[in-house]
Amino acid sequence: MTGRRFLGAYAVLAYVFLYAPIAVVVVFAFNGGRDVLYWQGFSTKWFEEALKTPEITNALKLSILIALGNALVACVLGTMLALALPRMRPWVRTPIDALAYMTLVTPEIVFAIAALVFFVQAGSQLGIESPLGWHTILIAHVVFNASVVALVVRARFVSMGQQLEEASFDLGAGPLSTFRQVTLPRLAPAILAGGLLAFTFSFDDFITSFFVTGLESETLPIYIWGQLRFGVTPAINATAAMMLALTLVMVVVAYLVLRRSGQEREGATLPGV
Amino acid sequence: MASTEAEATEHRRGETRAGAGGPRYPGWLAVPAVAWYVLFFLVPLAFIAVTSFGEVVGFSDVAYTWTLDNYRYLWDDFFGEFHLYRDIFLETFKLSVIGTLSTLVIGFPLAYYIARYAKHKTLLLLLVIVPFWTSFLIRAYAWLIILDPEFPVFRALGMSGFIESQELLFTPKAVYIGVAYNYLPLMVLPLYAALERIDWSLVEAAQDLGDPPWRAFRRITLPLALPGILAGSLLVFIPLMGEYIIPVILGGNKTFYAGNLIAQQFLESRDWPLGSALAMVVIGALTIALLVYARALGRQEQHS
Repeated sequence: MTGRRFLGAYAVLAYVFLYAPIAVVVVFAFNGGRDVLYWQGFSTKWFEEALKTPEITNALKLSILIALGNALVACVLGTMLALALPRMRPWVRTPIDALAYMTLVTPEIVFAIAALVFFVQAGSQLGIESPLGWHTILIAHVVFNASVVALVVRARFVSMGQQLEEASFDLGAGPLSTFRQVTLPRLAPAILAGGLLAFTFSFDDFITSFFVTGLESETLPIYIWGQLRFGVTPAINATAAMMLALTLVMVVVAYLVLRRSGQEREGATLPGV
Repeated sequence: MASTEAEATEHRRGETRAGAGGPRYPGWLAVPAVAWYVLFFLVPLAFIAVTSFGEVVGFSDVAYTWTLDNYRYLWDDFFGEFHLYRDIFLETFKLSVIGTLSTLVIGFPLAYYIARYAKHKTLLLLLVIVPFWTSFLIRAYAWLIILDPEFPVFRALGMSGFIESQELLFTPKAVYIGVAYNYLPLMVLPLYAALERIDWSLVEAAQDLGDPPWRAFRRITLPLALPGILAGSLLVFIPLMGEYIIPVILGGNKTFYAGNLIAQQFLESRDWPLGSALAMVVIGALTIALLVYARALGRQEQHS
């Protein structure tokens, strides 16, 4: 069993590798000094500093609002898609499936510039002066986040079996009341989890937001990107640490919601993509 | 991800009884999402396809003239004397291949350990997933701190001089480290999904019958893990072909890949048609890679 012990030790190292960089950012956010690399005692002053900087708080607010709006729209679109897909004829389903996956795997830079060209050209056709802004970020984010929600919800919807839905339809209930009374109660955790993941995906997104935003709409990742030109500062670390905290809470809650709702196995249905 | 055979069958059955009558949610429920995909994903992609045949007029306006100039320009570069763009694309390909291989080498033993030996599989898997869901940007810039020769851990170990002599930060090395780190979770997940389904008694049987461990690994574990290896490779390789963030942050101005080249046309040069043509080249290269992948998958399925 030496192989096993060796692999166990390796796994520990791998987890250190996975978490050390995140930990470094968080730890150095509490550095009292002005220089990032020289530790000068524990302090929370950079958090206070960050929360007093209007650029940061405004960016934070905008990021949260976009992420919320995105999560809501993505939940509606993604759930509807997840309900429709499983029973579609394969020749209809396959291309839609492919399309949904494409939105997740296309290199983001390609999608970002495509969206930029599209918004600018469509804007000039429609006579809109400056078409870019928070709304274009929102629209673009929903593209891949609808797929995220659809993936999570559909996995749950298919695995829970649809006898109850069939019975409901057989007894004459329409889609809406079947959804409200039969499907939603069982699917709610998956929809919530999908929504939380969509929130974090949008909240953390940099590339798409960066390209389709206007001059005035700066999200938190765009702000951090801009500041990195001048190097890492403790204030940036504090901002990043707050972002990390918010994302971690969302992901862990999403996981717990899924796990509690499903049977053991389905608890692991957190998609990587 | 962690579905058993039974679930998989149920999954398939649930999905293919499609259309065979029986009450179900109506198909039009897919319309809003599909419309969103078409309008804000496919149409924009079509826009850059069209823009790649345009030309710049004035400062940054695009004239849709259906010219082949951008592609001719790239063709001349790729097969001509200067091959500036060709070199960047080759570097990008190299980055994607090495990035994929390094996440595979680092990730495989981890996925193997979780799938075969670990007690708290779901927890350990969650611990792999969590970094993936945190900000890519933050995970990339964290290495700005770690790779600095003045990083306190190096100073404490008296290694600052050594790290400095390695010249990590703002070189391709730093980019490769950042890539291996940021993309690791994307590789581990599908690897785990494949390894988790393996019936380890097969491996034990092979060893009992005299196979040395490495041969049992090569003949049983590896073929069974292959779908996971292929899926993980795809998930890492595709986005890497357009990687933009890591080279900018960790590579300084010494590294330049296809993603940066495309971004440059939109952010600085204001040459949207050329930028669109470059994006089309990336899409073309990925399509070829996907076709190769599909063939490999087909051959693998024939074997088993």
